[in-house]
Amino acid sequence: MSTPNTSTARGGAGASALAGDAPFLIGEAMTGGYGKGPDILHACTIAVNPGEIAVIVGPNGAGKSTAMKAVFGMLDLREGHVRLDGEDITHLSPQERVRKGMGFVPQTSNIFTSMTVEENLEMGAFIRTDDIRETIEQVFDLFPILRDKRRQPAGELSGGQRQQVAVGRALMTKPKVLMLDEPTAGVSPIVMDELFDRIIEVSRTGLPILMVEQNARQALEIADKGYVLVQGANAFTGTGRDLLNDADVRKSFLGG
Amino acid sequence: MSTSLKTPLLFAVVAAMIIATGQMQSWNTALQILNFGLISAIMALGVNLQWGFAGLFNVGIMGFVALGGLATVIVSMPPTTEAWSAGGLRILLGLAMGAATIVAGILLWARLPRGRMRGLVVAAVLVLGFALFRMVFDGGVSAVEAVNPASTGYLGGLGLPILLAWPLGGVLAAGAAWIIGKTALGLRSDYLAIATLGIAEIIIAVMKNEDWLARGVKNVIGLPRPLPYEVDLQQDPGFAATATSLGLDPVTASTLYVKLGYSALFTVVLVVLLVLAQRALHSPWGRMMRAIRDNEVAAEAMGKDVTRRHLQIFILGSAVCGIAGAMMTTLDSQLTPGAYQPLRFTFLIWVMVIVGGSGNNLGSVLGGFLIWFLWVQVEPVGLWALELLTSGMAEDNALRMHLIDSAAHMRLLTMGVVLLLVLRFSPKGLLPEK
Amino acid sequence: MEFLNAFVALSNFVLIPAIAYGSQLALGALGVTLIYGILRFSNFAHGDTMAFGTMATVLITWWFQSMGVSFGPLPTALLALPFGIAVCAAFVLLTDRGIYRFYRRVKAKPIILVMASLGVMFIMNGLVRFIIGPDDQRFADGARFIVTAGEFKKMTGLSEGLALKSTQAITLVTAIVVVAALFWFLNKTRTGKSMRAYSDNEDLALLSGINPERVVMVTWLIVAGLATIAGVLYGLDKSFKPFTYFQLLLPIFASAIVGGLGNPLGAIAGGFVIAFSEVMVTYAWKKVAGYLLPEAWAPDGLVQLMSTDYKFAVSFAILLIVLLFKPTGLFKGKSV
Repeated sequence: MSTPNTSTARGGAGASALAGDAPFLIGEAMTGGYGKGPDILHACTIAVNPGEIAVIVGPNGAGKSTAMKAVFGMLDLREGHVRLDGEDITHLSPQERVRKGMGFVPQTSNIFTSMTVEENLEMGAFIRTDDIRETIEQVFDLFPILRDKRRQPAGELSGGQRQQVAVGRALMTKPKVLMLDEPTAGVSPIVMDELFDRIIEVSRTGLPILMVEQNARQALEIADKGYVLVQGANAFTGTGRDLLNDADVRKSFLGG
Repeated sequence: MSTSLKTPLLFAVVAAMIIATGQMQSWNTALQILNFGLISAIMALGVNLQWGFAGLFNVGIMGFVALGGLATVIVSMPPTTEAWSAGGLRILLGLAMGAATIVAGILLWARLPRGRMRGLVVAAVLVLGFALFRMVFDGGVSAVEAVNPASTGYLGGLGLPILLAWPLGGVLAAGAAWIIGKTALGLRSDYLAIATLGIAEIIIAVMKNEDWLARGVKNVIGLPRPLPYEVDLQQDPGFAATATSLGLDPVTASTLYVKLGYSALFTVVLVVLLVLAQRALHSPWGRMMRAIRDNEVAAEAMGKDVTRRHLQIFILGSAVCGIAGAMMTTLDSQLTPGAYQPLRFTFLIWVMVIVGGSGNNLGSVLGGFLIWFLWVQVEPVGLWALELLTSGMAEDNALRMHLIDSAAHMRLLTMGVVLLLVLRFSPKGLLPEK
Repeated sequence: MEFLNAFVALSNFVLIPAIAYGSQLALGALGVTLIYGILRFSNFAHGDTMAFGTMATVLITWWFQSMGVSFGPLPTALLALPFGIAVCAAFVLLTDRGIYRFYRRVKAKPIILVMASLGVMFIMNGLVRFIIGPDDQRFADGARFIVTAGEFKKMTGLSEGLALKSTQAITLVTAIVVVAALFWFLNKTRTGKSMRAYSDNEDLALLSGINPERVVMVTWLIVAGLATIAGVLYGLDKSFKPFTYFQLLLPIFASAIVGGLGNPLGAIAGGFVIAFSEVMVTYAWKKVAGYLLPEAWAPDGLVQLMSTDYKFAVSFAILLIVLLFKPTGLFKGKSV
């Protein structure tokens, strides 16, 4: 994460992902639902590669968050696999996936409101045993406002700043992939732009980002890859630009 | 085994145990157990209303029971006319002023605009009101308590038949429940538990200290009875003749007769309450209450005022406990505030509800009888078991003496273990909710 | 002169006892608030946990005393304290493993845990009475007074005496040390921060890789320590009688709620609020008023707001007021 170059800076793991055409992170043909309930996802496939921003969009109830949660292991998959960096992680719990290098930012309740910004980052790095001060500095470089407010309780920050804390917290494990569940939910348009700028900054470090977004248009504009889900299945897949220009996509839910 | 078969079977088992006690120990003991079991069953019923219908954890049952006991004194004891003329009116005036102060404080708080002024004004009103209250009240109290403190020293009651105290006990308990409910319902369940514990302690503390009310720890003895006295029965030739013809001596017969009389009265009350509770359970209101209990969030979304419903149930359940409290004091023929130990008996009632079957009215009644029976019998049985265990040791062995002395403390411990075991392995109890 | 006398009387009968009592309540309330914040239920067994830990300490103190071990002017009980805490810790960990852990795993409603704690309370109560008996036990030794009333009067020439018992001073010092240590632990160590995180947002804490069972275990250890220390301090100051510890439950809960359940700072503040209120409302102000007011206005009666029998009523009244107006407490505790 310290250099803006390719993923090779992160050690050997990155190099193997570039070899061959298997995506770095892929949830393939996922079918499943919560507990014993009916299937919400139907053979859904999501993938992201290093240096990419992949965005999942779709109408309400399309199963976007569910697809991300399935990749993260919060869902029982009845069919399909999830592979990270060549390794099959379908049967790992979310905590184990964090240890494997997944960073996950939930939509709500994603910071420790009674703890300071700095303590939130420390907690993010809980599973690490090495010196985390360098990583904290890197997070502050990415999100300068947090450096100013490092000793403030996170609950006192504004909505956009709290989201930055949440993302920073997830970055503390130096993950191999970052997953964001509706990061701009409930923030004003200006803050949303600011957040997307930050996300692009993070992506420039080479970290693959998988993102679920309600604000489809703005999200697709920054996306390298877009997945439009409808009723739990892939409806349209392509680059962000292509999807934005696609008449069907625009008609169905981008508002023309 | 289906519940409909299980229910009469379990009741039969408990009945058999009580009858066995009568055979092996004495009929008086058996009837004593039965009577107290009836009272416990009613209390368990009241508690089950709150827990089974609304999931409310009331740890202050003893307070409401004590209010029932207070009602018996207020209703049935003759008024102490001397005390009334000495300071009775002054006491009432003082109480009225106190109540007015609190009401004034609440109204002012609600009406005045926010800000420092409001706090100061309300505080001033409360302080002034309290000072006035004390000035008027204290004089009245010392006057009343000075009237013949050895035998009265209090205001006395209304001199009415004691059976009227039973519904009045319910009313008093309902009033206290309203105050507590308004304050503590709508918050987390833990808070209600703590608040109810507090109110029980307060009620009992007031009863122990306010001698002018019910003689405090000097106790009120000789409460009038709804049934004849044993002595009178023994001296009645007709009764003595009937007794001998049944093969009993008049003394035993009289005690049995009185106890049976109480049993009959208590059973009537229990049956009435049980029928009402069962009808409520199966009514639309009952179904709504249980729906709220099972999913409060959904119920609120549908527009049900959950807190108000909880308040209704809380008041009803507490009223039932108040009635039982009045019955208990009637049985004892005396009011001894010092005997009300807030948590111990409360805990026992909870064991009854959990073991019997929470959410099931018949279950709590069964639990009432069963646990009370065990509670009474565990002591002699436990003692006997301990003596057996330590029979090998010398008479004055320190350990042996210590063990036998401590047998009494094992009762509560055993009940604690029973509660934990049932809660873990059989949380639905003997008669589960249908 | 009169003003000084009044102040001395105030200190002797109100300030010093309230500070000592407040420290004891604060330590007890800290335990309750930690359990509420981290284990998320109100532990009704806390009073009897204090009794249990104190009982263990008393027994070990007697053993030490019989062996001739002493701590000079300080009570031998302080030497026995670590062992008492260890015994208490073992017991509460046992109850957690045997009872509460199951309900955590099945995510039972908090009220079930409260009910279970009621059962645990009676088991502990029975055990304590069984082992040591229900009567008063004295186990304090060492110097009793730092300054006696007589000495004070001689030193200052005032007509009012000020007695400072050694147990009162020890209570305050111990409380300060314990609280400082606890706050250092919670704010500066990794484990402490992980406990705060777990209390703040359980799901996120689990996601961050915090081990819940470890957090729970450390919580119980700390609670055992706090409970035992609070109980021993109270027992040294007054005396050890199993029943009194149950009675302390209400003021302790009141302190925790007034301060804000789940907030350690609140527990301390609440402890002193309750202690001072109880002492001030039940104190007979006649003496102090007599010193301060002119002759003509000297009061006849005791000028006691409420009799001492109503001590617990005071805690409860404050509790009710807080619940009515600010249920989250003085320092915002966990949501209601």
